[in-house]
Amino acid sequence: MTAVIGYGPVGGEPAEPTIDMATWIGDLSLNGPVLTASGCSSMGKELDPFFDLTAIGGVVTKSVMLQPRSGRATPRMAETPSGMLNSIGLQGPGIESFVENDLPWLRERGVKAVVSIAGGSVDEYARLAQVLRYCEEVSAVEVNISCPNVEDRGQVFACHPNLASDVIYNVRRFIPTEIPVIAKLSPDVTNIVDIATAVVKGGATGLSLINTTLGMVIDTETLRPALAGVTGGLSGPAIRPIAVRCVWQVHSAMPDVPIIGIGGIATGLDALQFVLAGASAVQVGTMTFNDPSAPLRVQNELARALAERGFSRFTDAIGYAHRPHDAPLNDFVADAWAEDERIGEASDPARPLNSGAAG
Amino acid sequence: MPVQARGEVLGMRRVGQYYVLTITAPGIPELTRPGHFVGLSVGGEGSGMVLRRSFSIHKVTDRGPYGGTLEIAFAVHGKGTAWMAQLDRHDTVDVVGPLGRPFALPKEPVSCALVAGGYGSAPMFMLAEQLRERGCRVDFVLGASTEDKLFGVLDAKRMASTLTVTTEDGSLGEKGRVTDVLPELMDRLNVSVVYACGPMGMLAAVAQQAEKHGAYSQCAVEEAMACGIGICMTCVLPVIGDDGVTRMLRSCVDGPVFRGDSVRWSDVGTVPADAWGAPVGGHK
Repeated sequence: MTAVIGYGPVGGEPAEPTIDMATWIGDLSLNGPVLTASGCSSMGKELDPFFDLTAIGGVVTKSVMLQPRSGRATPRMAETPSGMLNSIGLQGPGIESFVENDLPWLRERGVKAVVSIAGGSVDEYARLAQVLRYCEEVSAVEVNISCPNVEDRGQVFACHPNLASDVIYNVRRFIPTEIPVIAKLSPDVTNIVDIATAVVKGGATGLSLINTTLGMVIDTETLRPALAGVTGGLSGPAIRPIAVRCVWQVHSAMPDVPIIGIGGIATGLDALQFVLAGASAVQVGTMTFNDPSAPLRVQNELARALAERGFSRFTDAIGYAHRPHDAPLNDFVADAWAEDERIGEASDPARPLNSGAAG
Repeated sequence: MPVQARGEVLGMRRVGQYYVLTITAPGIPELTRPGHFVGLSVGGEGSGMVLRRSFSIHKVTDRGPYGGTLEIAFAVHGKGTAWMAQLDRHDTVDVVGPLGRPFALPKEPVSCALVAGGYGSAPMFMLAEQLRERGCRVDFVLGASTEDKLFGVLDAKRMASTLTVTTEDGSLGEKGRVTDVLPELMDRLNVSVVYACGPMGMLAAVAQQAEKHGAYSQCAVEEAMACGIGICMTCVLPVIGDDGVTRMLRSCVDGPVFRGDSVRWSDVGTVPADAWGAPVGGHK
C-alpha cells in the first residue's frame, strides 16, 4: 500500500492529498470528520454563503428546547484571552418551529443534521426525543446536558452520573436505534470518566467532549460582572488543552466509544490533537465566529496534516497517541516515512514528520 | 449574500479622533448598500483575539486601479482597534461582508433628515448620495461631545441642503445635542424620514422625536457582536414585529437598521417579560 504525500512541484500549491476522510459515529457514516458545534452555527443556513455545508461531516444545530426561549439579557459575551465568555441562555424557536422551519432546509441541501436538544427535566428531554423520532432529517441527536447558562448553571445533569444516565436513557428509548444519541458533557466535573461511563450505560452511542467551562469576567470600568448573566461559558483556544485531556481520559477508559472532540479548534493541527487523543470526529465552534469558513478549512488542513504524517485513512489516526511507547510504527506510517526523503532517516517516533514542510 | 475576502490595506488616515482605513475587498463593494457593515478579524494569524470587529461601511468604489475598495471609520477602543490602527499599506486583513440589512430608501422624493452622533455618520454619506439620486431633499445633523469627535463635516456640507452641527461643549456649531435641534428642523423642512446612526441613547431619543412628528425613522444600532453573521446570538435587542410580538432579534442579520418605532429602546439590554419565549418569573 502507498501513503500519498500530496505535494505538487516545488513552489506550487500543495496538491490536495488523497486521503479517506470518512468516519463513523456508531452507525452514522460521515464523509468528513469535522462538524460545526452547537450554538456556533445557528441552524446552519447562516454559514451557507461561506462554504459547502455538505463537504463537512455535518451541522450540529443550536440546542433546541420544547418551548420558544428568549435567552438572557445583554451583554451576553465578553472576549477573553484566546477565547470568549458567553451567556446566551439557549435562545431558540422551540422544537415545533425548529422541525417545521429549520430542519427541512438542511435536508433540502443534503446537509447531515445533528440535532442538539436541551431540557430542564428528564421528562422534557424525553418529549423532545418523541418529537424527533419521526423526523427523517435527523442524522443524530446530541443531548446537551451541560449548558452552563440555564437555571441551575448546568450542574444538575452534567455532574450527577445517575441523572445524566437517566436523561440519556429517556432520549435513547424514543430514538430509532440506527440514529446515534450523543451525550455532550461538561468539563466542570470531578471525574469526567465517571459521567462518561454513566451515560454510555444509559445508552449513549457516543460522547461530545467538551461543552464550555464556567467562567466569569468583571468589567473594571463599571465595576460589575461583564455579563448580564454574571457567569458564562468559556470557549475557544483557551480551553483546548482541557478538552484534549478529557478526550484522552475518556478514550483511555472506553476506547470503543466514539468521541467527538470539541474545544477551541482553529486549525487542522488542533483537530489532529483531538483525533490522536481518541476523537472519531471533531466540532469547530467558537473559531467559526472568527472565520466563517473555519469548519471546511480545518477539515482540509486536517486531511493535509494526516497525509503529511503518512496516514491514508482518517480512522487510522483515531487514538494513535495512545500507542505504547515501544510499539513499532504502524505499517502505513512506516511506509510513508520510507518514501519521504525528508524524513527517510528518521527513527524517533516523536520527531515531527513535517518539520519544515508545513510548520 | 456576504462574501469572505482577503483584503489588502491601501491606506490609513486620521480624521479628528478617528481613523479611516481603506482596503481592497474583492466582491464586497459591488454588493454594498448604505447601512451595510463588514466584519474584520483582528490581530493577524493565530491571534488570541477570536472575535470579529464590525464596522459600518463608509465608502466604496467598485472599480479602479485596485479593483473594488471600501473604507471604514473606527476609533481605538481596545486591543483589537489598537491593532487595526497600526496597520500599514499592503498588510492583509480578513473581511466578511456586506453584512446586515441596509437602510430602506423611500420610493417618493421626500424630505429626509440624516442624524448622526460621532462617527455614526460614517454610513450616512453613501446614503445621502443615493437619496439625492432619488430626488430626496437631504439635511444633515451631526453631533458629538466635541469638535474632534465629529466625522465628515465637510462631506455633509457638500452633500446636504443644510448642515446643522451640535457639540456638547460648543466647540463647533450649536452647543447641545442633535435632539435639541431635530424637532425644529423636522417642522421647518417637513421631514418624512429620519435616518439615524449613533449611540443607543441618541437613537432612542431620535426615534421618539420622529414618531411624535409623524416621520418614519430608520435607526442603525450599535450592539456588541461576536460574529456579525448571525450565528453567535450575542447582539440581540427587543424588537416588536408586525404581529405585535416582541422578539429578541439579532442586530447583525435582522438589523443593524431597524424602524425606530419597532425597537423597545427603554428595554434594550433586558429581556422584557412579554418577549417571545421569556422565562416566567425571569431568569434565575
